[in-house]
Amino acid sequence: MGKRTPLYQTHVELGAKIVDFSGWDMPLNYGSQLDEHHQVRRDAGVFDVSHMTVVDMRGKRIREFLCYLFANDVNRLQNKGKALYTCMLNERGGVIDDLIVYYLDDEFFRVVFNAGTRDKVLAWVTGHCGPYDVTMTQRDDLAMIAVQGPHARDKTHGVIGAQAAKAAMALTPFNAVQTGDLFIARTGYTGEDGYELMVPVTQVNKVWGGLLENGVKPIGLAARDTLRLEAGMNLYGVDMDESTSPLESGLGWTIAWEPEQRNFIGRAALETQRRDENRQKFVGLVLEDRGVLRNHMTVVIDGRPAGEITSGGFSPTLGRAIAFARVPRNVGATCQVDIRGKLLNAIVVKPPFVRNGKSCLDITF
Amino acid sequence: MSKIPADLKYTETHEWARKESDGTVSIGITDHAQHLLGDMVYVELPDVGRKVKAKQECAVVESVKAASDVYSPISGDVVAVNPELGDAPELVNKDCYGDGWLFRVRPSSTTELDGLLNAQSYQTVAEADEH
Repeated sequence: MGKRTPLYQTHVELGAKIVDFSGWDMPLNYGSQLDEHHQVRRDAGVFDVSHMTVVDMRGKRIREFLCYLFANDVNRLQNKGKALYTCMLNERGGVIDDLIVYYLDDEFFRVVFNAGTRDKVLAWVTGHCGPYDVTMTQRDDLAMIAVQGPHARDKTHGVIGAQAAKAAMALTPFNAVQTGDLFIARTGYTGEDGYELMVPVTQVNKVWGGLLENGVKPIGLAARDTLRLEAGMNLYGVDMDESTSPLESGLGWTIAWEPEQRNFIGRAALETQRRDENRQKFVGLVLEDRGVLRNHMTVVIDGRPAGEITSGGFSPTLGRAIAFARVPRNVGATCQVDIRGKLLNAIVVKPPFVRNGKSCLDITF
Repeated sequence: MSKIPADLKYTETHEWARKESDGTVSIGITDHAQHLLGDMVYVELPDVGRKVKAKQECAVVESVKAASDVYSPISGDVVAVNPELGDAPELVNKDCYGDGWLFRVRPSSTTELDGLLNAQSYQTVAEADEH
């Protein structure tokens, strides 16, 4: 038996197929993965993401510490409640984890790490925070759910009470607010508008139940994966890990090179890699032929194996196979993928594939 | 509980086979298999005219979740493939024993079909697979 979130029994009662995810017993789907995917693109769905690692960090020098710890620049967070997506790197520039950090007060930041990286991440942060006198608190008393889709915000407002709804409505994208017991962030992992809510463990079933009564449908991890792939969002451990840097993982935009004097862990290695003309590039692929792209398939350029798919799958919104792949920098507009010995044609694109329910591709088939 | 029609033959790899009135044998995947795989998005079928052997890989069904090989239950010549599956692979989910059939084989042996599992034996296989 794996670890279980406070919503585990609710998932079972909803008929979820439960699978192991990084040591957690989590819902894979509640019936049809495709229906759940479309539900989020067209209306509203709710995910249990309570397995993720929420850590509160406090201290007089907390901002200075996080500026050293993360590749993106926490000094970009100047308004309370503002969120930032960043990688945390090792000295070689490899990605230890990707995360969202919220600036809540001058001596208080909240960080949401992945579920599968919990132990190593906490060890890494603990190993580096000594000189900065930082207090870390794991928030295992909080559960986290994500409500996503074009109608997600409206349907949430009716469930969380008038005061919280008012605070939520005032949020601009990538901002969060604490209101009463509820932490509301206008963030997500689907490419749709919506919220990620943190609530005390004792109250999460009430909020979840209210959302379902209000027409929001439960969505499993399987649809979460196709939604994030369409949205061009990386998955840690699949698209990047400690052996790959953000530069090779389509995450160059999350590295804050300026100001030049900001020293962060991994910076020196990234500077070297940045000048390397042979480093690989991270692209999106759309399969022209029929078939499905899968993780670890080989990308073939000019008849030779040249790269690898990191995440591949069928895009329910586009009705074709899509993927992320690591390929040589000089890749052209097309390539081929080896699918069980057959070479099928793919178009090279810049992710995302889908945003706010619509295709981002200027290709017609 | 998955559906296992009593009048069909089955394999341990979750294919079904049905003898048609013209002597050919229709082949597909079982309800248990389609349920495990989930929403089907692509089906790769053998070429008509291909000679297949029993237990040989000759089709692939791909769901959102994974790709899975389909093995021919019997030896013979492929005489037809289901033309609807190109545009509607979900027929395998909706009607795996009917409109979701995969291909038809003209058997090279008259007895091979009889040697496959009956519904009762297959039920044991499918139940063991659940655990």
